[in-house]
Amino acid sequence: MLTSGIILLEGGLLNPNPGLIFWTALTFLIVLLILKKIAWGPIVSMLEERSKGIQSAIDRAHSAKDEAEAILKKNRELLAKADSESEKIIREGREFADKVRSELTEKAQVESQKMIAAAKDEIEQEKRRALDVLRNEVADMAVKGAEKIIRATLDAEKQAAVVNEMIREMSATRN
Amino acid sequence: MRITSISRILALVVPVLLCLNSHAFAVGGQNEAPVRETATAVAPAAPATVAAPAAVPAPAEGAHAAEGEEKPGDLIMHHILDNSTFAFEPFGSIHLPHIVVGGYDISITKHVVMIWLASVLLLIVGGIAGSSVKNLSAKQAPKGIANVIESLVDFISNDVAKPNIGHGFEKYLPYLLTVFFFILFCNLLGLIPYGATATGNINVTLTLAAFTFVITQVSAFKAHGLKGYLQHLTAGTHWSLWIIMVPIEVLGQFTKPFALTIRLFANMTAGHIIILSLFFIAFILKSYIVAVAVSIPFAIFIYLLELFVAFLQAFVFTMLSALFIGLATQHEGGEEHAVEGAHH
Repeated sequence: MLTSGIILLEGGLLNPNPGLIFWTALTFLIVLLILKKIAWGPIVSMLEERSKGIQSAIDRAHSAKDEAEAILKKNRELLAKADSESEKIIREGREFADKVRSELTEKAQVESQKMIAAAKDEIEQEKRRALDVLRNEVADMAVKGAEKIIRATLDAEKQAAVVNEMIREMSATRN
Repeated sequence: MRITSISRILALVVPVLLCLNSHAFAVGGQNEAPVRETATAVAPAAPATVAAPAAVPAPAEGAHAAEGEEKPGDLIMHHILDNSTFAFEPFGSIHLPHIVVGGYDISITKHVVMIWLASVLLLIVGGIAGSSVKNLSAKQAPKGIANVIESLVDFISNDVAKPNIGHGFEKYLPYLLTVFFFILFCNLLGLIPYGATATGNINVTLTLAAFTFVITQVSAFKAHGLKGYLQHLTAGTHWSLWIIMVPIEVLGQFTKPFALTIRLFANMTAGHIIILSLFFIAFILKSYIVAVAVSIPFAIFIYLLELFVAFLQAFVFTMLSALFIGLATQHEGGEEHAVEGAHH
């Protein structure tokens, strides 16, 4: 311990040495100036440039992602819109078809009804005409029959008696 | 019993005082002299002092050194400390030039060489990374050294500078990056064979901390102006407390870089001392069993730990620098509002 104490201090571990200080300062300054020019300047500016480049790349990536997302969203919206559009078109078509069909059926029904009615009318008219004809025929036949009967039974004396009767009655009621 | 303990304490304290007296501001040459010489130099100095008990072990040590038998401690310190020879044992050694300009010793020492080596490597690596980044188009992924440097740069700027300094952190980025890589390279170079840890030298860490201190003060001055800067020193207290608060705050300004200095220096030195000590256990006990069972496994463990600490301490220094700069530049308004909010 004693020896080491003496050696440490006697050996001059803490001795100042102006020459060494001078050389250290001179060397350090020269190294500082040269390195500042040849190394630190380019490296630091390159690092800054790179960090800026990376930052801009990140920014660009983010904006691209946002853009892509927006496009995707838009696409989805468009797809949904197209879907709904097509659905709407189909629905409308179906409705229209239904309407047209029902209209057509209705129309046909009406038409058929009309036709049936017309036919019925025709039939009725024909029937009536036929009945008229028949009636006339029957009347003619009856008249002819009656004529035949009347011609056969007609008697001048009876007729004269009837007429006289009538005249008498008439004169009786007038007085 | 009591006498021995007192003599031990004295033995510890006296060298400290001696050291402070003789070496505190000693210049250059004396410091760079090999450790063995300074160790023997103590021997005559110690008996000259009044403390008799302390003097007893000192000559004994001197005697050992004189016999040419190196103590493990000396060797360890020889490895840790700065000196002017670059030893490549057993291939010989390179003696580094001794330069004195205007009375100031600015010799090239081992640690200076290590700093230059680290700087050159750093410049090469930085140059490769910088040029490959320049050639890189925005869509290519980085690879190789550029990728490593780039991720570290990214870490320092986004996880260290930005949260601690906040607005306007880009201005301090070159300094923080350079200090991080500079310390990291120095730390790592200390871990390779024949290398030395420049950041394990308090002069180096002191210089680096001084840069942080200067930047902190200048940026605080710029952020708040002279008035705000002086107000900051009063810590917002009543004027009657200024006589206490101002010295405390001024001292506080200096403790931050001081803490930076000591932390880095102590961490880097301690790891190396531990590794070398573990090896010397085997040499002291002169046993292969100890070497295989204790020294080598533990040294490998500490070495890996040191590898981690090399990164950790570089990070800690950078982060604390950023924190201090952030503390100095942040605006008082936010704090006051927060305090008011807390009161209400």
